[in-house]
Amino acid sequence: MKKIILSLTLLFITFLSFGQGYEVGAKAQDFNLLSTEGKMVSMADFKEAKGIIIIFTCNSCPYSIAYEDRKIALHNQFAPLGYPVIALNPNDSIVQPKDSFTKMVERASQKSFPFNYLLDTDQKYAKIYGATRTPHVFVLSKENNEFIVKYIGAIDDNFEDASAVTKHYVQDAVNSLLEGKTPEISSTKAIGCGIKFKK
Amino acid sequence: MKFGVIFLIIVLIGYQGFTQGKSKDIQTIDFENFSTFLNNENDTIYVINFWATWCAPCIEELPVFEQINQIYKNKSFKMLLVSLDFKSMKTSRLIPFVEKNNLQATVIHLYEPDANSWINKIDTSWTGAIPATLIYKGKKRWFKEGQITYNELYQTINQLLK
Repeated sequence: MKKIILSLTLLFITFLSFGQGYEVGAKAQDFNLLSTEGKMVSMADFKEAKGIIIIFTCNSCPYSIAYEDRKIALHNQFAPLGYPVIALNPNDSIVQPKDSFTKMVERASQKSFPFNYLLDTDQKYAKIYGATRTPHVFVLSKENNEFIVKYIGAIDDNFEDASAVTKHYVQDAVNSLLEGKTPEISSTKAIGCGIKFKK
Repeated sequence: MKFGVIFLIIVLIGYQGFTQGKSKDIQTIDFENFSTFLNNENDTIYVINFWATWCAPCIEELPVFEQINQIYKNKSFKMLLVSLDFKSMKTSRLIPFVEKNNLQATVIHLYEPDANSWINKIDTSWTGAIPATLIYKGKKRWFKEGQITYNELYQTINQLLK
């Protein structure tokens, strides 16, 4: 009987977290996913990191494409300071063939992505994290060997014109964390392509 | 002279036909102007669909909206297909798309890049993924993120008609 209650409780918790995803303050689950370099990558591999900038993104979405150079710039700016970018593509390649692993490899090499670009097989981590659109950013900070969610949302406030950006949400959040402060803006919303979940 | 006049008339008719067929004028508005559509306290049912030409599930569900618009357009009913296409795509993609598919419902182009400033004003449950649809009449509101079915749309509107 106890076992049944326990498993029901667990099931209920799983169900809750499945629907909700992370909020700021949550412990982020590590993954072990295939990168376009052909390696399996986990957050735990980044032993020196102070945190990670997780970006759910893809090849096909015009918003993700518009942000490509800014994702590269974020990595180049913050990886040396301890906050590398890791990009995860959660789209089902049957629903969106442009987001297949082969196409990911192509895109990563065309743009010489300096960050790891991983296939979120079965959209497992998009569901766990609660990502709904691309791009969707989760800034994590390492505390006692746990990755804690510190910021969720958009990269900045102008998807189309990088030169017209007035609020650099992710940059500001990471800079605050580097100074040991809590980000002033910890969550934002943005228009994006809905993640193509398996049908 | 006679031929000249006839020729001129033909040219004018041709030109008129050309512009009628071609000039689907799509307005680009910012959120402040768009917000006038969001809180009308009258008897009209508003169906506001957020979409974009690059969004495959949005394109897939557009025929459903067009069918519903045909059914209700003569009632106190207003449908707005709100395109969130990039500014740079308006003439290259949005206008050609609307013409090619001969969309009958009103299409407007909402351009307000800092979406964080306005998404919650549509509905606080909206994460920003499209398609998304808002249906309201007076104070009664219904919102869905994600694709909508014909039955969902039809039933929601019928409930508001009561």
